[in-house]
Amino acid sequence: MARAVSTKQKLVYTVIGWTVGLLIFFPILWTILTSFKTEGEAIASPPSFVLFDWTLENYAEVQVRSDYFKHVMNSIIISFGSTFIGLLIAIPAAWAMAFSPTKRTKDILMWMLSTKMLPPVGVLVPIYLIYRDGGLLDTQIGLIIVLTMINLPIIVWMLFTYFKDIPSDILEAARMDGASLRKEIIHVLIPMAIPGIASTLLLNVILAWNEAFWTLNLTAADAAPLTAFIASYSSPEGLFWAKLSAASTLAIAPILVLGWFSQKQLVRGLTFGAVK
Amino acid sequence: MSPAVILLLVWMLVPLGMTLYFSFLRYNLLMPGMEEWTGFFNYRYFLTDPAFGEALTNTLLLVGGVLLISVGGGLFLALLLDQPFFGQSIVRLLVVAPFFVMPTVSALVWKNMLMHPVNGLFAWIARTFGLQPIDWLASAPLLSIIFIVAWGWLPFATLILLTALQSLDEEQREAAEMDGAGVFSRLIYIVIPHLARAITVVILIETIFLLSVFAEILVTTSGGPGNASTNITYLIYTQALLQFDVGGASAGGIIAVILANIVAIFLIRMIGKNLEA
Repeated sequence: MARAVSTKQKLVYTVIGWTVGLLIFFPILWTILTSFKTEGEAIASPPSFVLFDWTLENYAEVQVRSDYFKHVMNSIIISFGSTFIGLLIAIPAAWAMAFSPTKRTKDILMWMLSTKMLPPVGVLVPIYLIYRDGGLLDTQIGLIIVLTMINLPIIVWMLFTYFKDIPSDILEAARMDGASLRKEIIHVLIPMAIPGIASTLLLNVILAWNEAFWTLNLTAADAAPLTAFIASYSSPEGLFWAKLSAASTLAIAPILVLGWFSQKQLVRGLTFGAVK
Repeated sequence: MSPAVILLLVWMLVPLGMTLYFSFLRYNLLMPGMEEWTGFFNYRYFLTDPAFGEALTNTLLLVGGVLLISVGGGLFLALLLDQPFFGQSIVRLLVVAPFFVMPTVSALVWKNMLMHPVNGLFAWIARTFGLQPIDWLASAPLLSIIFIVAWGWLPFATLILLTALQSLDEEQREAAEMDGAGVFSRLIYIVIPHLARAITVVILIETIFLLSVFAEILVTTSGGPGNASTNITYLIYTQALLQFDVGGASAGGIIAVILANIVAIFLIRMIGKNLEA
């Protein structure tokens, strides 16, 4: 885009842009800053913005007091576990729908989408009772099952929109050149499908990491991922802002970085291909 | 039928069927073995409970308020980020960041560090200007939650509108400019119509998610004071897991499903049309 813009205009936009950007980002920045303060400075008024005694003790304290690492592991296991299982189930389905569509393919896709629109609270009671009776409450496997199922429609949809963009002519060309089915898959299909699969994986890890309905309702102490662990700071006696900030910073930092890399995929995935 | 389809079908039909069945029972977890068929009693009870009316109003206000802020603000931000300026890509990263913050973190950060009536930053700003600090979550609980949730969804609207904006044909814009169209008429006659589809998609998708806002309410106000910040999702949660009223909560769940479906029908049609194109 080579639009002619005067330098003066550009400077004005720079000032407005940075002001708005920093305002929106401020709560995150403030959390990161507070995580390096002592508890006393964290609630001090007037607040200190940069000139305080920077300390790392909150990060150490969070681990000592609450076995923080266990909750990090829960988050990792649950989000990656549910994403991998979801991909295993979804890849064959999306593949078939993209490369050998039938009359019903569109209906099935639409129906899958509609399951995503079911409000979770509509099935809270039965899922809770089934989990209680099946010993799945507060277990990693229980959460992996729920998150796999609720994100499966998005996984199938995203993969489908990526697979559909792979030109089937190339497959035919490979076949004409005498490639066996095995070679066709290994040398032609997989290299072309990998970017789509990777994007799907990324977006779903983010969604599962931040999911906060089922993780709050189905866990207690053992399997609680970071979403539920952080929620435990909401009790009045848990007013440790510096520690809350340290725990929060660690909880959002990795996913923020992943998210920054996945902006494009996010648009595509969350609009079900309606906006690319 | 692929395994994915079968799994989803089972996942959807079994719990939904159970919810429907429970919704016709008098069934409380505190009184096991006392279950009996009550017909539409739970529905009548749930729908005539004053809390339902409040929760429905709150749900609509929450969805409407967040949509207003996120779509309006998103449009502004998308237009801004579409202009070339220094450090544009960094500002873009700053703007999209809140979307990746988990709901419990954003709710607690806003509740404690920003909105706290004594030690919060907003209170300090108010005092600096000689004003009385406001106890946001006590005096305007729903509005506060709207702000917190909108902060998280603003980046989503921005990102999608920006993507749509960048697909706008540059020549069309230039042609209009040469024909003497001003900034505003270009915005109204070219940019907004081009974005209409993307705006619709944003509204519909956000609505689906916003009908189910839960974590932000749980960790800030727990639905209170009274029912002032209880939405339908939260009301059903309290009925099910705090009062153990399986029958009543199930009837509420079915009502929530029906409400969400009204929105879903529109969304499905839009995306379906796109699939053919």
